[in-house]
Amino acid sequence: MVFGKIKGFFGRMFSGLFGKQKEFSLGFYGPPNAGKTSLANRICKDWTGEEMGSVSKIPHETRSVQFKEKVDIDYNGKKLEMKIIDTPGIATKIDYEDFLKFGMKKKDSQKRAKEATQGVIDSIKWLDDVNAVVVVVDSTMNPYSQVNITIVGNLVARKIPVLVVGNKTDLRKSDMKRLESAFPEYDVIGISAKFGKGMDKFYDALFKLANKV
Amino acid sequence: MGKKSKRGDITLSFIPYSDIEKLDSVYRVKKILDMTLKNQIVILQGRLEPEEETSLIQSTMALVGRIKNFKGIEIAVINPGKESQGFISKIKFGIARALVGQRDALTIVGPASLVKEIKRDPKKIDLMLKR
Repeated sequence: MVFGKIKGFFGRMFSGLFGKQKEFSLGFYGPPNAGKTSLANRICKDWTGEEMGSVSKIPHETRSVQFKEKVDIDYNGKKLEMKIIDTPGIATKIDYEDFLKFGMKKKDSQKRAKEATQGVIDSIKWLDDVNAVVVVVDSTMNPYSQVNITIVGNLVARKIPVLVVGNKTDLRKSDMKRLESAFPEYDVIGISAKFGKGMDKFYDALFKLANKV
Repeated sequence: MGKKSKRGDITLSFIPYSDIEKLDSVYRVKKILDMTLKNQIVILQGRLEPEEETSLIQSTMALVGRIKNFKGIEIAVINPGKESQGFISKIKFGIARALVGQRDALTIVGPASLVKEIKRDPKKIDLMLKR
């Protein structure tokens, strides 16, 4: 174990001095409408000036995996270059009739549902291609949903470092203590991606996460 | 084995751990999915491996929209040992897990057309059915 740490230390030192550091791919995972794209947009806006994807109140707005290459973060004297992978929300059920409630036409709802099912399949496939994952959950919702547990369980099984982010802390129903108690073994950060609240703590945690890779 | 009959009865199907213990991952997932496609609510002694859970979700999504009235599944796992916080409890739980495998957990899977929601908190599961 000590040998491993020494080897890791020298590996990082020499790759920093002489070689190009391996690209850091950060995946954003979570259930639909948790705010994965909102957070990805916030990061991209902060460091590249451009947003990544559209957001909506209607679930499954992100239905295909989206990328942003070369996002350079320079925060408190620390630097990190990463590729952001924003994934469609993982769900166990998708009913096109749910979209009708948002005023969508039947045909559009059916198309959205079809694309969303493929999005879930693709999200799971992409688990093999990320170095670390930010699991974004809605802090106003029950954190013990099976989707959250399944995602984190898979990341642990694949030895992928995890950061849990509770979004929507600006809302009255937000309950970070409940979220922290649901994931006692992980770093849990509360943010409001919409208003940029809690981003300092998020970036601190992100560097800590990157160091685990 | 059961399903919602014309009278509105609902039967739950129990799968003992011994029934899936020796099955390959593909057949474990297939067994559960086949039963939910028959409108059965499955109560499985034990739990699937994390990769099997994602495989179940992927297979489910591949079937939504292709099989009439199939909208997906509701799934919840309750794992009593997981909530043990103390160090000694965790060691005891680890030893028990090594001896008996995953059979101390309980997994509930049902078709989304029948099961409205499975509410899970650390120590209980509420199964809410559609009328």
